[in-house]
Amino acid sequence: MPKLPTFDDVKGNVQDNVIWKSIFRPGSIYRKGYRDTSRDRALASMNNVLYHLHPVKVKRHGLKLTYTYCLGGLSFFMFILLTITGIFLMFFYTPAAGAGTEIAYLNMREISASITFGQLVRNLHRWGAHAMVFTVFLHMARVFYHGAYKPPREFNWVVGVILLLLTLFLSFTGYLLPWDQLALWAVTVGTNMAGFTPVFGDQVQFVLLGGVEIGPETLLRWYVLHVLFIPFITVIFLAVHFWRIRKDGGISGPL
Amino acid sequence: MSEEITPDQEVYDRLLAEGKSERIARAKAKAAAVRASKIAEGATLGPKSSEEAQKALESARAAAGGGGVATKTAAPAESAGAQGGGRLPPEERAARVAASLGNGGKQPASMGVPTSSTHTHRLLALVPPAGIQQVQSKQMDKVYTWPHLLLVEFVALLAAGSLLLIASFFLDAPLGSLANPQEVPAINKAPWYFMGLQELLAYLHPMVAGVSLPGVFVVLLMAAPYVDKNPSAKPENRKLANMAFTFFLAFWGLLVVIGSFLRGAGYAWAWPWVQGLGFTL
Ligand code: HEM
Repeated sequence: MPKLPTFDDVKGNVQDNVIWKSIFRPGSIYRKGYRDTSRDRALASMNNVLYHLHPVKVKRHGLKLTYTYCLGGLSFFMFILLTITGIFLMFFYTPAAGAGTEIAYLNMREISASITFGQLVRNLHRWGAHAMVFTVFLHMARVFYHGAYKPPREFNWVVGVILLLLTLFLSFTGYLLPWDQLALWAVTVGTNMAGFTPVFGDQVQFVLLGGVEIGPETLLRWYVLHVLFIPFITVIFLAVHFWRIRKDGGISGPL
Repeated sequence: MSEEITPDQEVYDRLLAEGKSERIARAKAKAAAVRASKIAEGATLGPKSSEEAQKALESARAAAGGGGVATKTAAPAESAGAQGGGRLPPEERAARVAASLGNGGKQPASMGVPTSSTHTHRLLALVPPAGIQQVQSKQMDKVYTWPHLLLVEFVALLAAGSLLLIASFFLDAPLGSLANPQEVPAINKAPWYFMGLQELLAYLHPMVAGVSLPGVFVVLLMAAPYVDKNPSAKPENRKLANMAFTFFLAFWGLLVVIGSFLRGAGYAWAWPWVQGLGFTL
C-alpha cells in the first residue's frame, strides 16, 4: 500500500511552488520558512498590504485596551460590516414608492419573510448602524479626553468631525429606505428642521426632498445618497484620517 | 538559531542593581554580548578615522574599476558634476558601497552596479528640512505590529462581530406599517442620535434649534484643537477643557434621554410607564 503523505509534506508542496510564492511575499507568515524572528516580524508588516495602515512597529502603550478601547478600529469594522450586509440587501431592494408601486416596502417585507438569511442580515445592518454611530461618538470622546487632538493632530480631529457628520448622514439616509410610518415621519421631523436654514431654507429643503414634500423622489434620492454618494465621500475621508494618523507620528501619548 | 544572543549576565545584574528598568538592562546586556563577540572575532568597533575611510575608498575604487577608473574619479565630486545632474558614475557608486561595507574593496556578489552599466536612475530626492512635517519623535518603547497589534485587533473584531450577531439573532429590526403621508402618528420621533435636536425644538425657534445651534456646535467642535492652546495632554493639567467637554456631552445626553423616554403623544411630557416608551431604534 502506498504511504499517505503527511500534513507537513502537503504543506511543503503547496507552499513551495511558483504560484504560492508569487502571492505571498518574503516575510509572509504563509510562506515557507517563516520564522518568529525580528526580521521576519518586520517583513510580515512591510511586505503586506496592511502596510498601508500599520507601521512595522507601534508604541507599546497603544496596545493596551484601555488606551484606545479599539474604538476607532471598531468604527471602521462597523463600516466594513455595513458595506457587506448593505450590498446583500441591495440585491433584494428597489427604491420605488407611490400609490400602486409600493415596491420598496414590499421588498422589506420579503427580506424579513422569505429571503434566506434576509431577516438576519437586515438585523445586522440595522444594529450595526446604531453601533457605528455609538462607537464613532465614543471614539471622539476618548480622543478628546486623551488630548489626542493636540499638535500635530489638530487637522485629523477636523477630519474626524467630518467623519462623524458623514456617519450621521449615512445612518439617517438609511432610516428612510424601509418606507414605513417610522421612516417617513422621523425623516419629516429632520427635513422640516432643514427647511429653517436661514435665507436658503426652501432651496435646501427642496434639494433634500427632491420636491416640496417627502415622496417617491425623496426615496430615490436618499437611496443614491445612502448606497453610493455618502459612502464614497466617507471612504475618501477615512483614507485621509488613517494616513494622517501615521504621518502625525502614530497613536498619541503616552499621557 | 543565529539570531539568538545570550545577554551578558554580569552587565544585566549590574544595571538592575543600579535601578534601571528590566527592559533597558536586557537591551544593554545584549548589546554588550554582541560587542564582546565581535571583538573576539577580531573586528574593530566604533567609527573609523577619516584617513582609514579614505584609504578603504581608494582601494575599493581600484578594485572596482581598474586603473583607468581610479584616475578618472580621483576628484569624484567635480567629475561627477561635469557629467551632468550631479550623478555619480556607476563605478564610483559601487566603490563607495563596497568601501562603506568594509570588506576590503571586494564587491559583494549581489550588490552594487555592474561597472559596464550606464543605468543611473535613483529614487531618493533631497528634501529640505522645512519641507517635512516635523514630528517630535523620541526613542520609544515599541512592539512589532505583527503579531502584537494585529492579534489585539483580531480579537476586538471577533468580540464585536459576535456580539452583534447574537443581538441580531434575538432582536428583529422594526418595520412599521406602510408609509402614509395622510396619517400622522401620535408619537413622532427622530432616531436617537437626532433626539437632542428634536428636544431643543421643544424650547427654541426651529431656526435656532435645528440649524443655527447645531451649526455653532459643529464649528466649535472643529475649532477645539485650535482654541485649546494648552500643550499638555495630562488630565490634571486640563481640568477646564475636560470639564467643558463633559458638560457638553452631559447636556446632549440629557436632551437625548428626555426626548427618547419622557416624551409622548404630541411631544408632550409623558412618563414611560403611563404612555409606553414611544421610542424605536
Ligand atoms: C467613521 C469614523 C471614524 C473612524 C473609522 C476612525 C478611525 C480611527 C482609528 C482606527 C484611529 C486609530 C486610534 C484609535 O483606534 O483610537 C483613529 C484615531 C484618531 N481619530 Fe478617528 N475615526 C473616526 C472618527 C473620528 C472622529 C469623529 C474624531 C473626532 C472628532 C476622530 C479623531 C481622531 C483623532 C484625533 C485620532 C488620533 C488619536 C490618537 O493619536 O490617539 N476620529 N481614528
